[in-house]
Amino acid sequence: MSLLRGERCLFEGLNFALSAGELLLVQGANGSGKTCLLRSIAGLTGLETGYISWQGVPTERDRQSFSAEVVWMAHRVGFKGDLTLIENLRFETGLRSATLAGIDKVLERLGISRLVDLPLRYLSAGQQRRVALARMLISDARLWLMDEPFTNLDAAGQSLVVDLISEHLAKGGACVIAAHKELEISVPVQRIQLQ
Amino acid sequence: MNSDEAKIPGLWHGLRAIVRRDLLLAWKRPGDVLNPLFFFAMVSALFPLAVGPSAEQLAISGPGVLWVAALLAALLSLNSLFLSDYEDGSLDQIILSPQPLPLLALGKSVSHWLVSGLPLVVVSPLVAMTFRMPVETVGVLMVTLVFGTISLSLLGSIGAALTVGLNRGNALLSLLILPLAMPVLIFGARTVSLAVADDAVAAGIYFLAAYCMLAVTFAPFAAAAALKISNE
Repeated sequence: MSLLRGERCLFEGLNFALSAGELLLVQGANGSGKTCLLRSIAGLTGLETGYISWQGVPTERDRQSFSAEVVWMAHRVGFKGDLTLIENLRFETGLRSATLAGIDKVLERLGISRLVDLPLRYLSAGQQRRVALARMLISDARLWLMDEPFTNLDAAGQSLVVDLISEHLAKGGACVIAAHKELEISVPVQRIQLQ
Repeated sequence: MNSDEAKIPGLWHGLRAIVRRDLLLAWKRPGDVLNPLFFFAMVSALFPLAVGPSAEQLAISGPGVLWVAALLAALLSLNSLFLSDYEDGSLDQIILSPQPLPLLALGKSVSHWLVSGLPLVVVSPLVAMTFRMPVETVGVLMVTLVFGTISLSLLGSIGAALTVGLNRGNALLSLLILPLAMPVLIFGARTVSLAVADDAVAAGIYFLAAYCMLAVTFAPFAAAAALKISNE
């Protein structure tokens, strides 16, 4: 598995490869282009020059099999405030390879199992972030793209995120995180510092 | 883990998921659905009051007024087609899904038609009565409205996708869509007029059906391309 890139606008000459079980930490000040880099990797924003490859195939050429392996967690959680947690997650299962089979355990672990019947807009920002984590856990995607995964989460939530990431990496997944805080995790971490 | 394990849900499953979600959202916010319908009914009901109760005059202006009201009601609801998805980040998730984006854009149009076009078709016989249109012509009115509103939902999805990232894209959306919607308006209103005059209507209906098929075939692809650009 490799991700290659070189871009102009915010950064140029950037080049990296990520293998199974590895974590890439994108660091930099506000506005340095962390989100932009993540969006480019996901394919939401086009690159000026360069390309992203997934398992040796440029993602431009095979968008579908790349999309099937990526799950995206951004600042905006991407759920409908009028729908309940389960209704939102059920929509996910129609979009991508995901299952609601083990959903009870996932919600238990994230501490949101008693919120299943509430419309999402009644949940606090931190609780909504936890629902966004549930999306990652129910999907089979191997590449997790997380933009500032620690925002709005309490201390317990932040350490939970670190645990979830380590487990995902241990299973052979890969993870790209944009964050400005340091990450305490016991796996090899690649770093990209954006100016 | 290897890549064979990742099973993408089938196309039908994806289409159903997005239609079901949008219908559920409409169900939870009935105001958004009723607004265009209310607009359609109000315009069509007020017009006879302003023009006067002369049956002859109403029969002449009726089809045109009904069709203009239907077109404006569709435009009114189109602006919000992708807006809430764009604002809460759902659009990112939809674009990033392995399902083909044109399919999901088609799903959005389908649910838009089900909550805005279909009710309009259903209430149109009632509105036709206020214009004293002959009962035999109500069938023609409904058939033209079915094809017309489907075309408008699909064409509108292109405009809505192009203007989703813009502030106050509403006026621009109307400007983009109106030229494409003109054939629908002209043939729709004219066909109903012909029906009222007890003339042959098949040609107009065939044209509307053909235009509708064209929209079904091309609009989802155009909308998907526009969505990708707007969401960058």
